[in-house]
Amino acid sequence: MARILETRRLTPVTKYFRIEAPLIAAAARPGQFVMLRVREGGERIPITIADYDRAAGTLTIVVQEVGATTRRVCALEAGEEILDVAGPLGGHIEIPPGGHVCGIGGGFGSAALLCLMRELSARGDRTTAILGARTKELLILADELRPLCRNVEVCTDDGSAGFKGFVTQRLAQLIAGDGPGRPDHVVAIGPMAMMRAVADATREAKVKTLVSMDPLMVDGTGMCGGCRVTVGGKARFACVDGPCFDAHEVDFDVAMRRNKQYVREEKQAFERVACMAARESR
Amino acid sequence: MPVKRAEKTPMPVRDAHERAHDFREVNRGYTVFHAVFEAERCLRCQEPVCVDGCPVQIPIPEFIHAVAIGDMAAAAKILRSANPLPAICGRVCPQESQCEAECSMTKNFDPVGIGHLERYVADWERTQPPAVQAKLTRAEKIAVIGSGPSGLVCAGELARLGYPVTIYEALHAPGGVLRYGIPEFRLPKAVLDWEIGLLKAMGVEIVCNVIIGKTLTLDELFEKHGYSAVFIGTGAGLPQFLGIPGENLNGVMSANEFLTRINLMRAYEFPEADTPVRVGKRVAVIGAGNTAMDAVRTSLRMGAEEAMIVYRRSEKEMGARIEEYHHALEEGVKFHWLTNPLEILGNAEGWATGLKCQRMQLGPKDASGRARPIPIEGSELELPVDNVVLAIGTTPNPLLTRTTSGLLTNQKGCLVADEQTGLTSKSLVFAGGDAVTGAATVILAAGAGKRAAQAMHEALAARVS
Repeated sequence: MARILETRRLTPVTKYFRIEAPLIAAAARPGQFVMLRVREGGERIPITIADYDRAAGTLTIVVQEVGATTRRVCALEAGEEILDVAGPLGGHIEIPPGGHVCGIGGGFGSAALLCLMRELSARGDRTTAILGARTKELLILADELRPLCRNVEVCTDDGSAGFKGFVTQRLAQLIAGDGPGRPDHVVAIGPMAMMRAVADATREAKVKTLVSMDPLMVDGTGMCGGCRVTVGGKARFACVDGPCFDAHEVDFDVAMRRNKQYVREEKQAFERVACMAARESR
Repeated sequence: MPVKRAEKTPMPVRDAHERAHDFREVNRGYTVFHAVFEAERCLRCQEPVCVDGCPVQIPIPEFIHAVAIGDMAAAAKILRSANPLPAICGRVCPQESQCEAECSMTKNFDPVGIGHLERYVADWERTQPPAVQAKLTRAEKIAVIGSGPSGLVCAGELARLGYPVTIYEALHAPGGVLRYGIPEFRLPKAVLDWEIGLLKAMGVEIVCNVIIGKTLTLDELFEKHGYSAVFIGTGAGLPQFLGIPGENLNGVMSANEFLTRINLMRAYEFPEADTPVRVGKRVAVIGAGNTAMDAVRTSLRMGAEEAMIVYRRSEKEMGARIEEYHHALEEGVKFHWLTNPLEILGNAEGWATGLKCQRMQLGPKDASGRARPIPIEGSELELPVDNVVLAIGTTPNPLLTRTTSGLLTNQKGCLVADEQTGLTSKSLVFAGGDAVTGAATVILAAGAGKRAAQAMHEALAARVS
């Protein structure tokens, strides 16, 4: 059980949670994730750790409503409890110190940049965050990232805030020397399509890039192998060998196909929860 | 006096056609009449060789004698003195290669149904008020990592010796492989829950959702949390893959994933439960151990029309318990012996559609002591399938060893531990079960947990004096 201390709607479909989890907060590092379960009979879902406060014993996560379970999570409010929270799982992000690190957050993926940028800035790295969303209202956590990061770049597809275009277009400009300049390392966290586009953008420029893979998982501890990702031609388990991998080695075709295995069931479960919620509100 | 009867009293089972479509237990268990009738067959040998065949040396003739005279309470007490998980072992032990293989009757007749009797007595015990005798008399706290068979037994023994014990479990529910691996139709969760309830009544604390090696390190258990000794029973949970083309196709999964989705996450209740599992019309399970039998029989229960075992060796080398094999046959499972998978074929959308195999023949013995399968040239065949489930073995999970210094493992990733005491390369850290032996049986894990508990008690006592 983990008590929810604070919640905040970031967009109509994303919600910020600060929860009481002292053991996890004490051990967490950037890039790791937790497994959540919200009810008996509920599924276990992996959620990337957005931030942690060791002194306060709290953990921050940002959840986007994409399925039945995330919808149930987002219905929870401060004072309520999350049934199961286990972690921190997976390896943490390791970047050699002293360089210019560019963190790219797509949609709710921006959340995971909080603890990463704080840690890298604190040790003296030059840090840039590029946040992308379709439109201004969907951008999240830019204000929270500003004090943690030397530069925060905002991109929207419709130009309603910051740079008009995709994060990859802005990244290409940086690589060419614009603004904060060419990064030595890129870390991309967000939708698979965005991470793949980032990988393509940095491949030729030979900028080392990590992506945070988000495959289907059951246990999250190495037991099921359902999260296997093809990296450099080899099957790796995202939960124990990842979740961050060298973007230029990841086979995104396989990863995207594998993530669609249960689309039909996911839709069914989501509609069921929506129906039940509608019935309750009536 | 023993009554001469050649045949073992058969275990009452549910009808194969009926049971193959639900998850309720297949074996109904002996009634008291069956039990006494079967117990009378025991010859009460002067030198009970059956006991030598038991990994935890249950005083078999003694408990069977108690059953024969109808003293079930005495039988239960004798059983539990040697085996803390009798209701589970009575269901899942490979008796035919252990106690019953040694039974003096075996030469000419059926062996005594030791496993069936063990199960009967343990089930009788579950109908009685639990006899809990544990009092906290020791100051030293002990941590047990993992709540599978070795951890449960170790914790129970330590509690009986008076120690405050905490079990740390990584998943959201305790039981380890007994919960995520072995299906309800073979080991009802109620049996496991009863055993866990007994531990809790004895004062054992079970903390779920804590992954030692991640949430807390092993060293922190000693330094920050004040434990005096630690038992590692983390099992062998890492699934192996074949490394053949097509393993990443949709519809291909490890038996661990398949069984965890169903047993732990209750995918058979989807969408009532949230975790789904997609089972097609034809399911091929690769391997022929107990896990393979569990997976193939589970696929029938999940609606597969055709469930098959694909195994590169023959029936003789199969690792599964004979009872599971017979039950699988009765339920209509098909067996492709001497058939080696070469490639999993898929369609344009990336779903598995077929299994390309090659026929094998048996050659001379290999390192495992079993006949080596040799490919037959030009014997390739293709089995149409919708799912491929890999049940080709598991290895110890490296989560703990990766984050713990000074904990030695062998080339297979198994913890190095003293065979008798379970002591690892780290002082006051003991280990047992599959984490040490690699994937083995519940009873071996239980035995190791029990021996380690005794060794921990001695080590702590020696430290005090």
